[in-house]
Amino acid sequence: MSDESHNYLNARKGLWSWLSTTDHKRIGIMYAIACGAFFLLGGILATFVRTELGEPGETILGQDQYNQVFTLHGVVMVFLVIIPAIPGILGNFVLPLQIGAKDVAFPRLNLASWYLFMAGAIMAVCGWLFVGKVDTGWTFYTPYSSGASNAVLWLTSAVFIAGFASIFTGLNFIVTVHKMRAPGMTWNRLPLFTWAIYATGIVQVLATPVIGITMVLLFLEKLLQIGIFDPALGGDPVLFQHFFWFYSHPAVYIMILPAMGIISDLMGTFSRQHVSGYTFIALSSVAIAFLGFLVWGHHMFVAGQSALSSIIFSMLTFLIGIPTGIKVFNWVATMYKGSVWLRTPMIYALMFLFLFTIGGLTGIMVGVLAVDVHLHDTYFVVAHFHYVMMGGALIGLIGGLHYWWPKMTGRMYNETAGVIAAILVFIGFNLTFFTQFFLGTKGMPRRYHDYSEFLEIYPEFAVLNLASTIGSYILGVGLVMILVYALYSLFRGPKATANPWGACTLEWTHTGPIPDEHNFHDTPLVTRGPYDYHLADDVFGKKTES
Amino acid sequence: MNQQNSIWLPEAASTIAGDVDTLFYFILVTSVIFFVGVVSTMVFFAWRFRRRSPDDRPKPVYENKLVEASWIVIPSILVAVVFVWGFRLFLEIGIAPPNSYEVNVTARKWSWSFTYPNGVISTDLHVPVNRPVKLRMSSEDVIHSFFVPSFRIKADVLQGRYSYVWFEATRQDTFLIACTEYCGTSHSNMYARVVTHSQDDFENWLVENLPDDSLTPAQRGELLYTQQGCIGCHSLDGTAAAGPSFLGLAGSTRNFTDGTSAVADDNYLRTSIVNPALQIVEGYLNVMPGQYAVTMSSEEIDALVAFINEQ
Repeated sequence: MSDESHNYLNARKGLWSWLSTTDHKRIGIMYAIACGAFFLLGGILATFVRTELGEPGETILGQDQYNQVFTLHGVVMVFLVIIPAIPGILGNFVLPLQIGAKDVAFPRLNLASWYLFMAGAIMAVCGWLFVGKVDTGWTFYTPYSSGASNAVLWLTSAVFIAGFASIFTGLNFIVTVHKMRAPGMTWNRLPLFTWAIYATGIVQVLATPVIGITMVLLFLEKLLQIGIFDPALGGDPVLFQHFFWFYSHPAVYIMILPAMGIISDLMGTFSRQHVSGYTFIALSSVAIAFLGFLVWGHHMFVAGQSALSSIIFSMLTFLIGIPTGIKVFNWVATMYKGSVWLRTPMIYALMFLFLFTIGGLTGIMVGVLAVDVHLHDTYFVVAHFHYVMMGGALIGLIGGLHYWWPKMTGRMYNETAGVIAAILVFIGFNLTFFTQFFLGTKGMPRRYHDYSEFLEIYPEFAVLNLASTIGSYILGVGLVMILVYALYSLFRGPKATANPWGACTLEWTHTGPIPDEHNFHDTPLVTRGPYDYHLADDVFGKKTES
Repeated sequence: MNQQNSIWLPEAASTIAGDVDTLFYFILVTSVIFFVGVVSTMVFFAWRFRRRSPDDRPKPVYENKLVEASWIVIPSILVAVVFVWGFRLFLEIGIAPPNSYEVNVTARKWSWSFTYPNGVISTDLHVPVNRPVKLRMSSEDVIHSFFVPSFRIKADVLQGRYSYVWFEATRQDTFLIACTEYCGTSHSNMYARVVTHSQDDFENWLVENLPDDSLTPAQRGELLYTQQGCIGCHSLDGTAAAGPSFLGLAGSTRNFTDGTSAVADDNYLRTSIVNPALQIVEGYLNVMPGQYAVTMSSEEIDALVAFINEQ
């Protein structure tokens, strides 16, 4: 066990010691600060969008401003928050600790990915501030983006550069999991969070180059007038959609798989029970990583692709949906005959199950061809992907941050504040997004600055939109509250013990309250599975009765 | 337009809408059953197996093969059902009956125009009720999407190729058409209406709306104002939209984004129609399509200028 006065946070001092660090834990913290700032930015933009829509007609934003704001909201949230956050923050901090390694396989490459990520992010924000405001939506569909201002080139270059950060991170984790596991850490003893980050790494390495190439093609078309996507130059606009979704659908799994990993660990620890279907969950993550490449066409059922393609994509979509459903059943079953401890991280895990199930079932709805024709590009889709991306990926991240917070900072946050914020987030989220299912089935299209025209037919649009806006404020208050008590805990929070949750994975059992700079004094010897609580006498003390 | 009773879908007004709705409600009810099952089990387990002492060390529970098999088999059967149901209906939605009445649709930023076989052009879609109508659609600029919520139909409209939808309206009424593919500034204002008539009324409508040579240029310009879609961006009552209002435009002094200014005479109006990017009035963006030199005859441009002069 490490000496408490000496840990990774105080081993070296000064800003430069952070900016030049190769310690995976410090890089994780640096990602946390960056992604936290971008999440705040994206969240503020979201409240602008919702405020504009709170009342019919123009309220706070003009049409063009509104289009620019939802574009930046989408770009920031997708490329600078949801994709990098869990691998960047928790993958970096937790994965090497969970497998008993001293660091990732390529520590300097790891630091390089953080710098690439920041370069992409700064380029996006500076382009926005100094070059021009892009209004293409985060999807950059051609030929609209071909005709848009050159500021779109800045943004796509930023996405291109940040993409390399994602590739390097994925590569690093794949090699780390293969080569750096402690003695006894067999593949079937890997914690499910590590399995999930490993599967995510595969998608990052294989899919991200496609968005990079697509962005380069867009760049060449705009700069050199080579006709690739723009029909005015002889290109094919639907080709862009194929390329874009060939990355962006697997990217959905880059976003959700790590969160599923977090939920698996939380369900195990806070139920103190073997995670039901361990092997299935582990292997299905990898299977989903590959199958995820074969369903991109379900974003294009009404875009003009052939009916046969649409039918095949619809079928594959259901194939990938079934394992996801089975995972949900497994997580619920994990609590069976367990010992369920409802602390803040577990509340988020249960919230994930609630919200993600809605996200998944509405995914079935839009996967059914005939129904999708009606629902495509309406608020139903907006609500669906927010239930998956925010209700799934980000709620998973927030749960994971609450879980590993004591290990990252050495401090405990206030539990009551945590529960109150979780309740606000839950109420606010559902009020914001569930109302949008009603708006969408009635036909309100997405990316609409105004819905006055619909009010003649559906007067309830006013109250539904207002409720959604109020919900977004409640959600915002909940999230800000988390930020406040988290920062407060850094200074005033009680000191955490080494294993406050009674978890049985290495990051809790073999490190001090704050891990040492090199993680472990002695290489851990792994003798049991990650959720073998009944064998963990080292954690709970010897017990004869069971 | 009728008021709706269900909180979910708009009232069905096409032959396929009822079938889509039945499938929608089947998935909805099945989903609700699954959701309630998952959440109530979750809540029950969280309460029933709550931690009683910090020292609790429950016996490990391993998977029950029979339970696991049921998790796999039952959802698989259900999604297979909705998949097959969904794709059969999708084909029905996708294939127009051979006797369909055909209308050409043009989408542009940010208006629709509909051209009928006899040469009538309109900004709202007029169709006979109880008869299949097939739309042949293309865009003059970016991708748009043609969506009639009450008919449950939608298809993207692209530049340089035709896409098609068909429907058979079942009621005489007026229905909303909305653009559902993001297309820029006024995307959220790119509406039109479907007006359904009885067969006789529709034929009368077609005759009444035939262009008439006895019209004065200004009257013809007024028709062009809607047919060519000027109405989408240029109001007649002084409200600024994506473009300046036509009210009081002629003869006024225009200030441009490059700092110059000019009086809006006939030549200026004509140039602004055929080459809109040349001079941009302060406070507006360079968003007006540049194809009117091609799509409108010289006489038509003259007529439009005459119309603007009267505002």
